[in-house]
Formats: sequence, structure tokens, C-alpha cells
Amino acid sequence: MTGVVVIGGGQAAFSVASTLRRTGYAGPVTILAGERHLPYQRPPLSKKFLADPGGTHVDLVPESYYRECDIDLRRGDEVVAVDPDGRTVTTRSGSRLGYDHLVFATGARNRGLPVPGHDLAGVHCLRSIDDAREIGAALGRARDVVVIGGGFIGLELAQAAVARGARVTVVELADRLLARALSPHLAGHLRAQHERTGVQILTGTTVLAIEGAGPDFSPVKGGGGVVGRGVERVVTDIGSLPADLVLYGVGAAPRDELARAAGLPVADGVLVDDHLRSIVDPSVSAVGDCARHPHPLAAGLVRLESAQNATDQGVLVGRRLAGRPGAYESLPWFFSDQGAIKLQIAGLRADGDEIRVVAGDRPDRWGAYAFRAGSLVAVETLNWPAEHLAARRLLERRVPVSPAELTDTTLTALARVASTPAVTP
Amino acid sequence: MPIVIFQSPDGSQRKLEAPAGSSLMRAAVAHDVAGIVAECGGNAACATCHVFVDESQAALVGPPNDVEDEMLDFTATPRRPTSRLSCQIELSDGLDGLVVHLPEEQV
Repeated sequence: MTGVVVIGGGQAAFSVASTLRRTGYAGPVTILAGERHLPYQRPPLSKKFLADPGGTHVDLVPESYYRECDIDLRRGDEVVAVDPDGRTVTTRSGSRLGYDHLVFATGARNRGLPVPGHDLAGVHCLRSIDDAREIGAALGRARDVVVIGGGFIGLELAQAAVARGARVTVVELADRLLARALSPHLAGHLRAQHERTGVQILTGTTVLAIEGAGPDFSPVKGGGGVVGRGVERVVTDIGSLPADLVLYGVGAAPRDELARAAGLPVADGVLVDDHLRSIVDPSVSAVGDCARHPHPLAAGLVRLESAQNATDQGVLVGRRLAGRPGAYESLPWFFSDQGAIKLQIAGLRADGDEIRVVAGDRPDRWGAYAFRAGSLVAVETLNWPAEHLAARRLLERRVPVSPAELTDTTLTALARVASTPAVTP
Repeated sequence: MPIVIFQSPDGSQRKLEAPAGSSLMRAAVAHDVAGIVAECGGNAACATCHVFVDESQAALVGPPNDVEDEMLDFTATPRRPTSRLSCQIELSDGLDGLVVHLPEEQV
């Protein structure tokens, strides 16, 4: 028995392995992590970790856990080839491992910045813990920070920079923030809250180039001092912005190239069925950012990038391999802590949904409710954790909520009523 | 290192040592305590690491913060007076001997 081999060392990989052991799987479990670090959480890297790297624990579990649970965690030796016919994988160091079942948990990589000057010292993007350490160090010395991309990561980085006392400008190509992830209504309120903290936001603005010759604030790329050719300004179609640090977050692409090279079907993600099995090879699964799959709340196939999705998909595959199969239908949810601004989303909104916006019980609280065919399908909230959790409870339990039911009340109130036990006469 | 005890609804218990400065949730997850899910990894975003602090120690641990307090209204098992989210409890030597009771359900 060669057991389960998981490629990748993030939250999804950890979730598969820990679920296998928790559900009593007795065969060998191997995690092949490309990075040298213990598997860690990525969400805090752009949030708490930047403010307090020493005091923020990001390891999912300590090293002792893997020993105690008999999980063979191999770090820093990337997989370079997969042979589905022979059921083996080969790593960079040349070792070859057989598998009974293979799980792709390879995650995603950041999209690059297609402009001249993207490789100057002082231009950073965030994916790994090493990136976060570099950015944290650079933030300590930066005065003028330009953030390229008004998405979750960009806005989190913008607030991290403001908190360190920098002047911050966010440049976004689309005509509003979070154009794909958030309804226009809530995006407007979010923008106003960022501007109140002093962040300048330029939407509908194209970055043409990054230019520099200034000092290098990057401790790694520049070799540890004020040397090299560092960034000096960001040139856009409406003018130049001074910058001694440029941070960008312009989306991510799935790491599906190993699967593709192995002849498995991929299309912006490893193609899997509702059980997260490869559509052609029942000995292969894919979970997390790298998987493209059906979902009951979506019309077509989706690929979701979130900690919830990575965790829940890992649990689903772990259970299946331990003999408890099921279809993936977890309610998607997201969170983004942007400084003191707390953005949360439950469910999946689609173009064409009817949106209703409701003011919360505090001036900084807003909710946007998406209805499809007269029923609630997704809820976006600003600074309103109770309403987010109420939305999750109602959506998870498939309690139908119509626009009329939401007149003059909140989901918080509706969910409280729904969870009150019925009084029997 | 402080010792903490997780008491399950079925009467079983887990006793473990955890470093001061770490959260109670992390201690539970590190030792695979069944009954602590912690979907969000400690970011006070999911309410799946709910515990009931033993009533004799409630004052020692203290009340929930504002965000946590709102979230406790939507835990899978209804809250009680000593409910906390374990990701928001920082362990210290002063909490040595802490006893928490696990709820029936987390998700």
C-alpha cells in the first residue's frame, strides 16, 4: 500500500492529511510541500502578520503534530512530474513515490504585473510568508506607497501601509474597487471608509510603468541596504505618483501545470467532479485554489480562492478516501480585514442578481443582499460580523428569505427567530 | 507552560500543556482536540471554536470582546453565560488549570 500523496503544503493539503487521520485512515499519508516552512495559514499574512510578525502565529499546527499523527511531511522538495499511469510522482531531488491516491493541493500563484519596471527593487507582491516578511520590513521605511490593484490583498496592504504612517495611493484599473468580488453598492461604501483613513484611491486608472533609480528599501533583493536601483515613481495614464515602495495584487492563477503536463484535463484549474475527483482519473483529486469544480450555488464550474474552500474541500476528500464520500456543497464564505474595516461575504453572487442595500445599526455598518429568483443567495457585509454569521446560518440551512421578509429588519433578527425552538402547546 | 483541560459532552476529557501567549484554540488544534473546528484559523470570523468556560473560572478568563460577543449569538450550539470563542482567549500562566467545556456542535 502506497497510500495518499498530497502535492502542496498549504491549508488545503493540511486539511486533507489531518482529515484522513481524524477519520481513521490507516494507510501512509505523505505531504509533499514545495516550501521549507511548516504548513501555514495565508490569510493573516496580509493582515495581522504585517503589523506584528513576531506575535502572530501562522503555522497551522506545530511540527510535533505531524509526528504524532504519522503524517510524512516532506518540505522543500518540489514535485516536478506526475505519472498517472504508473501512479508515481517525482520530486526535484529525484526521489520517486508511488501512490494509491494523489491529491493536487498546489494552490495558486500571483499574476505578474505586465508593465516596464515591475522587476525594480522595492516592487513586491504577497503570496508566501517570505514575501510578507520582506514587505513588513520595507513598510518600516517607506514614506510613499503605491498599491496596484484594488482587490482584497491590495486593500489589506493599503491599510497595513497607512497604519505604519505612509502616504498611500491605490491604483485600480476597473472603475471601482473589488469589481469582481463585491457588488457596486458595497464597493462604494468600502471606498469611502478607506478614504476616511487617508488612503487615496484612483479607479479607472492604468499603470503604464514603474520607474526608479531611488534608494532600495528591499532588504533581500538589494542585499540589505540602501543600494541598487529602487523604485521612484509609478507612471499612470493620469500622471505620475511618487513611490518608494510599490505593492501589487492583481489576481492569481491556479498552479495546474503539473496536472496539465501529466495529461489530466485542466482549464484554469484542475477539472474535477462534484466529489472533487479528476474527471478522467478516479485515483486523482484536486482541492483548494487549484481546483475547478461544480457547485450547487453556481451555474457553471467555479474555482474559489479562500481559506474556507481550501479547508472544506480538504475535509471532503479526506473523508471520501477514508470511506465516507459526499458531494461538495459547502456554503462559500470570505473575509477580508482591511485595517479596522471588516468585509465579509457569504454565498455566491452572480451578475443579474437583484441587490438590496441596508444600513446597519451603526453608521459604519452596511449589508448588501443578493436575491435570485426571489430568494436570498448571497450577503456582503461591512463591519457587521453578526449579520454575516446570521446570513451563513440561514443560507447553510437553506432557509428561504425573500426581499419582502427583509423589509425593516435584519438577518440577525430573522436568524434569532429561526433558531428559537418552537413552543409546543 | 499552563495546563488546560477540555471536557467533552460525552464526559471524556483532554488535558494538555500549551505555551503561554498562544490562543486556547491553537492549543486545541495542535493536539487535535475533537470538538474545536476553527474554520477561520483564529481570525474571529467563523464562531466554530466555541467553548464554555468552567463557571468557577469565568471571572479569571473575562468576558468576550465586542465582535466576539455578537458572534456568540450565532454559534451552532446556543451560547451560555460563560461562552467564549477559544481563538480569543490568550493563554497565560495565570490560566494554568483552565477547564473549558466543549459544546455538542460547532458547525
